Amino acid sequence: MKKLLLLMVVAAVGLMSCQNANSTNSKKATEAENTSTVASPNPNPAPSISLSGAGSTFAGPLYKTAFSKYLKETGISVSYGLTGSGAGIRSLKDRVVDFCGSDAFLSNADMAKMPGDVVHIPTCSGAVDIAFNLPGIASLKLTPEVLTKIFMGKINNWNNAELKELNPGVKFPHLAISVVHRSDGSGTTSIFSDYMSKVSKAWKDQVGTGKSLNWPVGMGAKGNPGVAGTISATKGAIGYIGSDYAFAQKISFALLRNKAGNYIAPTIAAVSAAGKGEMPADTRVMETNSSAADAYPISGFTWIIIYKNQDYNGRSFAQAQANLKLIDWLLDPQVQAIAKELKYAPLPEKVVKLAKGILRTVNYNGKPLL
Amino acid sequence: MNSEKVTKNILLVASIILILLATGMVLTLISGSIPVFEKFGFQFIFSNKWNPTTGREQYGALPFIVGTVVTSILALIICIPLAFSASLFIGEYYKGKMVSKIIGTLVDLLAGIPSIVYGLWGFYFLRPLIVQLGFNAQGFGIFTSSVILAIMIIPYATSISTEIISLVPNHLKEAAYSLGATRMEVIFYVTVPAARSGIIASYILALGRALGETMAVTMLIGNSNRIPHGIFDLGNTMASVIANQFGEAEGLKFSALIAIALLLFLITGLINGIGKLIIKKFA
Repeated sequence: MKKLLLLMVVAAVGLMSCQNANSTNSKKATEAENTSTVASPNPNPAPSISLSGAGSTFAGPLYKTAFSKYLKETGISVSYGLTGSGAGIRSLKDRVVDFCGSDAFLSNADMAKMPGDVVHIPTCSGAVDIAFNLPGIASLKLTPEVLTKIFMGKINNWNNAELKELNPGVKFPHLAISVVHRSDGSGTTSIFSDYMSKVSKAWKDQVGTGKSLNWPVGMGAKGNPGVAGTISATKGAIGYIGSDYAFAQKISFALLRNKAGNYIAPTIAAVSAAGKGEMPADTRVMETNSSAADAYPISGFTWIIIYKNQDYNGRSFAQAQANLKLIDWLLDPQVQAIAKELKYAPLPEKVVKLAKGILRTVNYNGKPLL
Repeated sequence: MNSEKVTKNILLVASIILILLATGMVLTLISGSIPVFEKFGFQFIFSNKWNPTTGREQYGALPFIVGTVVTSILALIICIPLAFSASLFIGEYYKGKMVSKIIGTLVDLLAGIPSIVYGLWGFYFLRPLIVQLGFNAQGFGIFTSSVILAIMIIPYATSISTEIISLVPNHLKEAAYSLGATRMEVIFYVTVPAARSGIIASYILALGRALGETMAVTMLIGNSNRIPHGIFDLGNTMASVIANQFGEAEGLKFSALIAIALLLFLITGLINGIGKLIIKKFA
């Protein structure tokens, strides 16, 4: 009996040390958080395929609406976890999702760290609003200089001479500015910081660009919904959120002076104007600080990222094909129309064409999927 | 084998599994935190720089250690007067009476409320109050979190000390009364000293609970990765930085978060150890 016990102990210790070796596995539970599956009676019961993705909260409202429509049309249920782009990429890397949503494209270094080749498929573009909460003030003009000063803590009260000069006629209260930023890894932060680095050398040197930053001032909140909620509950708050969140929660946003010198609101037209620039073949581009006269300066594409070879982790051909069909469907005019309703800018024709071309290079161990 | 032996072996296996779980957990934490300690050494504990930006990565846990310790101790300071009064009220003044039973039940009920509910309540009711009182502009921060934590740990601090106070032998108190002591004198010269170790232990347990609390604190502390300049400043705790950033963490950042988890584990372990020592010493 004692020998048997000893054996068990040895076996258990052995198992444990194996676990230590690949301890990264322990984080796979990540994407389970916030995942909401759209469940409804299945009209055509034959395909028992379900797809899962995670990531961008910025594009969350679009995917949520599109995927529930997809379920009604095809009977394939797609769950999408609003984890933030950072955690979405992490889940794709761990190969626990079929696709991830991200508003930040992977750098060459990041792509090299993935276990396989990935492709970026843009699905729409959207503005990052500078949202604020000042009772009685619905509109505000900001220049890149003043915006930088606010987010670096150099302007810390709304009753500031530079703000007053920019906004004649607006009665600013004597109220501390509370900067709100993301506390998790975020593509929205990536777009915002990319813009800030382009317009301010001080920002570039001291803060930089990335999905999560070393913020000079302010408080963090989780996800776009968290930042939007904190802004709308805090007098004197200012922060950056996806357009759809500002719109849905009726939060005021600032008009931002663009490179051409015009004060632009984050409208669909202004985002589309920013998206007309050069598009590289792999669609990995930041469209911030566009020089077009009517472009809103803080906007960016949001991408679906998938593996180029869909044969991994023992996935079936049917699963891989369903995944590709779903993403192809996202580029369909009817989904682009949904995007427009939700205050995203639909993709330009040439980008759709490019994206469809990229999708057709995705394969299942060499076999084409579409 | 007789049933005696079977039972004994089942118990033995269960205990061994527990030991393996605990050591396995510590081992994974240690092995996970090696990269960050290799890179920054003990600077990781004393540095206040937390910069996850690619290319300038630098991790220091000091802001979170300070945030955790300050919120927890402040919570304990707020909690003790309330918990001490409540335990005297329930365990001594109105011992066995209806009113103390009701209060005791209500205090215990506080322990059963999920932490997210405390967070929500703090976000929508406590935070606007802090703003109205003019403590700070946005209502988040160390102080707000400490108040919520204080409420959360009251039941832990109260129920054990109540128990201990009510267990003080009657003959001790009667002896004091017979010497002409007033009720106040009996309480402060007989009851409290006799129950001292239990009371202190209950506060240490409460502190341990405050150190690890995550959800409610994350919602209220402001999640700013800088060392707080005062109790009304924003901050962050070890538990809430892990909750916020574990999702996307990898490489060095992942190791830094694991190392923070290890430090938190050590700090709570230390606190519990001190608690046990105190009980042993005064009991």
